[in-house]
Amino acid sequence: MLVLPCGEHSALVELSDLTEVLGLYATLRREPLEGVTELVPAARTLLVRFDRTVTGVDRLAAELRERPVGPAEDHHRDEVKIEVRYDGEDLEEVASLSGLPVREVVERHVAAAYTSAFCGFAPGFAYLVGLDRSLWVPRRDSPRTRVPTGAVAIADEYAAVYPRESPGGWRIIGHTDAPVWDLERTPPTLLAPGTPVRFVEVTP
Amino acid sequence: MTLEVLSPGPLATVQDLGRPGLAHLGVGESGAADRRSLRLANRLVGNPESAAAVEATLGGLAVRFDTAVLVALTGAPCPVTAAGRPAAMYAPLPLRAGETLQLGMPDAGLRTYLAVRGGIDVPCVLGSRSTDTMASLGPPPLGPGARLPVGAPTRPHPGVDVAPQAPYASEIRLDVVLGPREDWFTAEGLAALCHGPYTVTDKCDRVGIRLDGPVLTRRIERELKPEATVTGALQVPPNGQPILFLADHPVTGGYPVIAVLAEDDLHLAAQARPGQRLWFRTAGRRRLRNVG
Repeated sequence: MLVLPCGEHSALVELSDLTEVLGLYATLRREPLEGVTELVPAARTLLVRFDRTVTGVDRLAAELRERPVGPAEDHHRDEVKIEVRYDGEDLEEVASLSGLPVREVVERHVAAAYTSAFCGFAPGFAYLVGLDRSLWVPRRDSPRTRVPTGAVAIADEYAAVYPRESPGGWRIIGHTDAPVWDLERTPPTLLAPGTPVRFVEVTP
Repeated sequence: MTLEVLSPGPLATVQDLGRPGLAHLGVGESGAADRRSLRLANRLVGNPESAAAVEATLGGLAVRFDTAVLVALTGAPCPVTAAGRPAAMYAPLPLRAGETLQLGMPDAGLRTYLAVRGGIDVPCVLGSRSTDTMASLGPPPLGPGARLPVGAPTRPHPGVDVAPQAPYASEIRLDVVLGPREDWFTAEGLAALCHGPYTVTDKCDRVGIRLDGPVLTRRIERELKPEATVTGALQVPPNGQPILFLADHPVTGGYPVIAVLAEDDLHLAAQARPGQRLWFRTAGRRRLRNVG
């Protein structure tokens, strides 16, 4: 674990992999450190924002080293089930890239247990981990200028649901009507980091 | 009570103190680029410092109100007229119903703030009235004819009549804290950052400022996994020319951040205009690390 200063009010904690990030994120949410005001997980790092009248990078580094990183499972959170019509434009391409029949792609996407690891790219765009390794396909060479709200997509080691219409380069394998992003709701996303997620197939 | 936009100038948006604490949901902080000027404008009209105001970029803003109001202008100093007569910035300014308030082009600085007593009362989105220009949250940038509701005052009239403003320097000196990724750069690259100067290019908006100056050479060439970043971060893309992140910066970035601006200097960076020169100097890292 590396604790790096990031300005006067944040530390960037670098970990060896995403599992450790999820573990530390869950641990610090369960047992907060004094003076910490915000946690922002990403692929290999956790940004820890703090009140510098209360704590500092050196003290946080010492406290973090003493703290065993617990499991990532967040038992306080209910699993989110997302109903998907597997009718995505890139489904056949994913099948040929992975060397699997289309049906098998769908079944493997449905079978996996996912966890929202972190958000980025756009408000509410959650990177879900847990994708079956056979479905780790690269992004499209040229991104689409318009991907609709509710597009269910995969790229690299991640799965995602586009929370709003936006440009996007991920491979679209299906669509959902689940209200993943709703500005009137608190929190606005169904897929906050740490949330366990399942995809459920529905027929179009 | 309504503010009517007659002309927005190059870019005018509604801004308050933004949406802190939502970065883990992919929502950036946004809010006024120069928060010091926003707070001052609000104090001058007796608003809470967090009230929403109009952020005008490079002047050109013209507005009028349908009732008598008290307004104040802060930030980049520009020629101002109220009902055709010259008016002062950095002071409470009463306007009668229907009088046009017109901003010229600022002589220095980039962003001018117009606060109105009662605050701009557009609906909140995720706890803020700010326009996030990158994430498209909050009200759209103001266009001609836009009408914005003004809230009811919640506090007594202000007891001040003028707030002296330090002049904007032609060259801006900014303190930075090295890291988090300073070890991704060569010793020459690190030295170059503080050797400067860096010129503000015309790619300069609420997301960030692309700078042009000494190349920051990398020691580690591998790709960086996206990581959370903060306002004031100096992110360095492969061409070695840093980008200084402002209020609407992306929540995560995929290029190493060599240093982050000191919080007290953010308002200076937010007023830098294309062609202006910036100099960076490292604040003692030990001192900053030991705060608290």
